[in-house]
Amino acid sequence: MKATHVYTPYRPKWYRKRVSTWWWTQQWRSFKFILRELSSVAVGYCGAILLVLLWSLTQGPEAYATFQSWLKTPLFIVMSLIAFGFVLYHSITWFNLAPKAMPVRVGGKRLPEWMVAAPNYGAWIAISAVVVWFLLGGK
Amino acid sequence: MAETITLEVARYRPEQEGEPTFERFDVPLNKDWVVLDALNYIKDKVDGTLSYRWSCRMGVCGSCGMMVNGEPKLTCATFLSHYAPGPIKVEPLRYFPVVRDLVVEITDFMAKLKSVNPWVVREDEKPVSEGEYLQTPAQLDQFKQFSMCINCLCCYAACPVVGLDQHFIGPAAIALAQRYNLDSRDQGKEERMDILSQHEGIWGCTFNGECSKACPKNVDPAGAIQQYKIKAVTEWFKSVLLPWGKKDGGSK
Repeated sequence: MKATHVYTPYRPKWYRKRVSTWWWTQQWRSFKFILRELSSVAVGYCGAILLVLLWSLTQGPEAYATFQSWLKTPLFIVMSLIAFGFVLYHSITWFNLAPKAMPVRVGGKRLPEWMVAAPNYGAWIAISAVVVWFLLGGK
Repeated sequence: MAETITLEVARYRPEQEGEPTFERFDVPLNKDWVVLDALNYIKDKVDGTLSYRWSCRMGVCGSCGMMVNGEPKLTCATFLSHYAPGPIKVEPLRYFPVVRDLVVEITDFMAKLKSVNPWVVREDEKPVSEGEYLQTPAQLDQFKQFSMCINCLCCYAACPVVGLDQHFIGPAAIALAQRYNLDSRDQGKEERMDILSQHEGIWGCTFNGECSKACPKNVDPAGAIQQYKIKAVTEWFKSVLLPWGKKDGGSK
């Protein structure tokens, strides 16, 4: 949109305050918001790791073993832990926001927010449980 | 003497100072006084040059939005006693150019609001003799929440995107666009979608959610914008995937 809408023939001297680059450090909730935005990088990192994993699988058992040995190095372990923390934060904040983006109406009435968030959490826990069961050997 | 509370009020007198300063005023701490009452007390009894906007004193006109201790508030609905023992910092709404003291310039917002056609758009008008366009309570309920907006601009002062990107259309204008989109009498959805699906429309929003927290009328602009995003994406998919989809519809 162009800011060309001027109807005041005389413009007094307005005071405009420039937003500081560090605006997000001034309030805890702004900081939490920027952390949430930053968590997308961690989500991207997890996606990239998954893609490399799939690629190494296509290259045969040796390449996969090399990839696995990388993941066991301290650098990757620290990176994974950081990414895990961020992804957890990303998921929780997203599930809490989901009811705002998707108001569900039943019989003309809007469902309370927790009733929209709860199935998200439920599905998350159920899928995580299946993954854990699978990782533990499926027994 | 009755108990008092200190107000630190931002003053900007462009003819005598280059940037705002703060002036301290002691006002009576009456239990039923709101920040606007305190400002009126200052103007009437202490300094008649203090400038600020107000009109109805009952949360309807949307004129008296200001920053109170760093939060955007309707000063007619913000009690002094809530901030006791003080001091209370009163500043003009954040991110807007300041004209004088607590008065901000809102021409830019008015232009943005107008750009989303915030009125019932009809392609076909029926003659008056056929009567009103009737609506059921359920249809009214669809948009009623968004129609509660009083353009107080507290949501603009709360939104960091407004501060960082001056072209962002902003929460209230998008919520009001959604108010008309959801109105069963309206036929202007596509026109509004063209305007709002641009970057400075819905996609500028990062879903910070501060606008909905700041809104004194519980309009939930953040919800309106996210619902609009989902709508824009589904329209775009429909236009791409379905052979009968509108090829120029959706996101641009």
